[in-house]
Amino acid sequence: MSIVPISYYLVLSAILFGLGVVAFVFKRNIITIFMAIELMLNAVNLAFVAFARAWNQLDGLVFVFFVIVVAAAEAAVGLAIVITIYQNRHSLNIERVNLLKL
Amino acid sequence: MPILDHLWIILALPLAGAAINGLLGKNWPKVAINSVGIGSVSLSFLSVLEAIREFSLLPADQFAFFKNYFNWIVAGSFKVDFALQMDHLTIVMLLVVTFVSLLVHIYSVGYMAHDEGYYRFFAYMNLFVFFMLTLVLAANIVLMFVGWEGVGLCSYLLIGFWFLKQSAISAGKKAFLTTRIGDFGFTIGILLLFWTFSSVDFGTVFAKAANMPAESATQAGVLTWICLLLFAGAIGKSAQLPLYVWLPDAMEGPTPVSALIHAATMVTAGVYMVARMHPLFSRAPIAMFVVALVGAVTAFYAATIALVQTDIKKVLAYSTVSQLGYMFLGCGVGAYAAGIFHLMTHAFFKGLLFLAAGSVIHAMGGEQDMRLMGGLRKQIPATYWTMFIATLAIAGIPGFAGFFSKDEILDAAGSGPHANITFWLLGLAAAGLTSFYMFRLIFLTFFGKPRFDEHEVHVHESPRNMTVPLMILAFLSIVGGWFAAPHLLGKTDYFEAFLHPVFSAYGVPPGIEQGASLAGAAGEAGGISPSPAMELFHALTGPPVILAVIGLLVAWWFYIRRPDAPKKLAERVHGLYTLLLNKYYVDEIYAILFIRPFLWISTNVLWHVVDERVIDGTVNGFADVAREAGGQARELQSGNARSYATWVVIGAVGFTALMLGVWGMVR
Repeated sequence: MSIVPISYYLVLSAILFGLGVVAFVFKRNIITIFMAIELMLNAVNLAFVAFARAWNQLDGLVFVFFVIVVAAAEAAVGLAIVITIYQNRHSLNIERVNLLKL
Repeated sequence: MPILDHLWIILALPLAGAAINGLLGKNWPKVAINSVGIGSVSLSFLSVLEAIREFSLLPADQFAFFKNYFNWIVAGSFKVDFALQMDHLTIVMLLVVTFVSLLVHIYSVGYMAHDEGYYRFFAYMNLFVFFMLTLVLAANIVLMFVGWEGVGLCSYLLIGFWFLKQSAISAGKKAFLTTRIGDFGFTIGILLLFWTFSSVDFGTVFAKAANMPAESATQAGVLTWICLLLFAGAIGKSAQLPLYVWLPDAMEGPTPVSALIHAATMVTAGVYMVARMHPLFSRAPIAMFVVALVGAVTAFYAATIALVQTDIKKVLAYSTVSQLGYMFLGCGVGAYAAGIFHLMTHAFFKGLLFLAAGSVIHAMGGEQDMRLMGGLRKQIPATYWTMFIATLAIAGIPGFAGFFSKDEILDAAGSGPHANITFWLLGLAAAGLTSFYMFRLIFLTFFGKPRFDEHEVHVHESPRNMTVPLMILAFLSIVGGWFAAPHLLGKTDYFEAFLHPVFSAYGVPPGIEQGASLAGAAGEAGGISPSPAMELFHALTGPPVILAVIGLLVAWWFYIRRPDAPKKLAERVHGLYTLLLNKYYVDEIYAILFIRPFLWISTNVLWHVVDERVIDGTVNGFADVAREAGGQARELQSGNARSYATWVVIGAVGFTALMLGVWGMVR
């Protein structure tokens, strides 16, 4: 059984991360942007796991756990903010959240 | 020895008085302010007496008592201690300062009775006494300089005491700035002194100077420069040519201030300083010559201005300048003891003259112009008699204090080891002029018919607390010179003998005898020893006495016998009269030569260019740059969440690129 080379994982991770970035910058819906952030985090997780596996070291796995915990906490706070925004604006369009504009 | 070991007590008492009155006394009743103000000075005076008693118990070979309390400044090899010292010269100054201060404080209770700033006045006066005593007791020149500047500060505060009066403010400013010119030289002198001797302690410096030979009379060495720079400070503080202009204006202050600060004590600080630094001056013939020259010329010059002044205090102010010139003349011809002697007698009679003038002004309801006085003799007899005695003393009538001291100075100038016939003649002429203008003052003020509306002005004698100090000072103006009286009979001059330990302690450079009167015994060495009676006869009929009497008679002729004569004379020599009346236009000349150019430079260069363009321009420039940069950077903060997201991505990409680049370089 041949081992899948690490470059495959990294290319996949990079593609996922790039998709996350593009969505993060160009999407208008706050929840979509939120999901784009999650996508980027998980792309990084994939890279971490791939490196951990390739070099037989646990450090990468430990990082992944931390990232998941941070992502969970972020989801809790972020969704609360999203709900508050919706209650105030009756919209999830990011363009409408511009009170601090010049 | 309770006081001598704690000399600081003498200083601390007036300082405490100033602090208590100045900080707390605003709403206190006058009794409380009086007891603090006068109490502190009188306790200080008693401490001085006790210190002198203890000083006299010291072994005879110890001519100075020195005590270091703490190190004040230590920086490398530069060390200044808070150290006080006491010797015979200090004793004379301490007695004069504390006693005259005490009398002036008592007098002020009456004079300032109706003044708003009563507590402020006494606080300033006490502060002045503190600084003056610091100046006198200091054992190094830096501490002396503290006192020196401190009395200048109090002088400024008290000249401008009535600070709602524009002229008083200007006079205070003028006094402060003019003396600052001299103090500039004084400061450099201190630096040069330290540079030369690596010490600022009087004892150390003098001991080192004692081993130095006297400098030549043709080439200025370092001692000469030190002395000349220090003397520049004395010129400012003691109102000598060319920096005397502040003293006449200083008469804007309350009269007790004029008596204490601008006649008896502060202005004599320069004379004290020269006498204190005598080991240096004695070795610098050029500096000595300059001191004598400035003194003699000032003595004559100021006396000529005093001849025609009409303000009673202005006459006394110019008289003070002239008498200070005498003191410097005495010091400059090597007769330090005579200079200090004149300082003491002058403190008595000039202090008295000012206080009595204050009493006259008080009686006239604030009038200072002598042309509007006259005939006050009967109405204010106590003031009249005391002032008359002081006039006899300052004019040099035999038997009164001024006669002895002035005689000694002229004696030293005429026949001492540094005798100079020109200075002697100038001094003599000044003596004649002094007699004339002082009797002119007396005759105009107290004799003749009243030249004021007697229904308007209610002339009244001053209260007891003003006249009693006058009487005490009058008594001292008579007997104050008697220490020197045996000298007229060819015996010891007790005053000079008293100061002899100080002025002989650091040796005399070869070829220079110290103390004119000690050398005055040269007549005996020559084999001719006149009998005491002959000496007395000579002293009583010498040129100074003759000139004094002539001055008196001329004044009598002009102002009693022929009251219309002065006007005729003034018309005949109109040019000279106008010149004197306008004080030789010195203020105007200074205005053209110095003040206006400085004002022009200050306004057009320093203000409008250096301050407004360079300094303000730099600061404003920084502010403008910051504002511009902020305005540009503000655009980034658009408030649009998506642009932030873009920036985050750009930042992340940039950071990654940077890391890759750095990693690439490391590898």
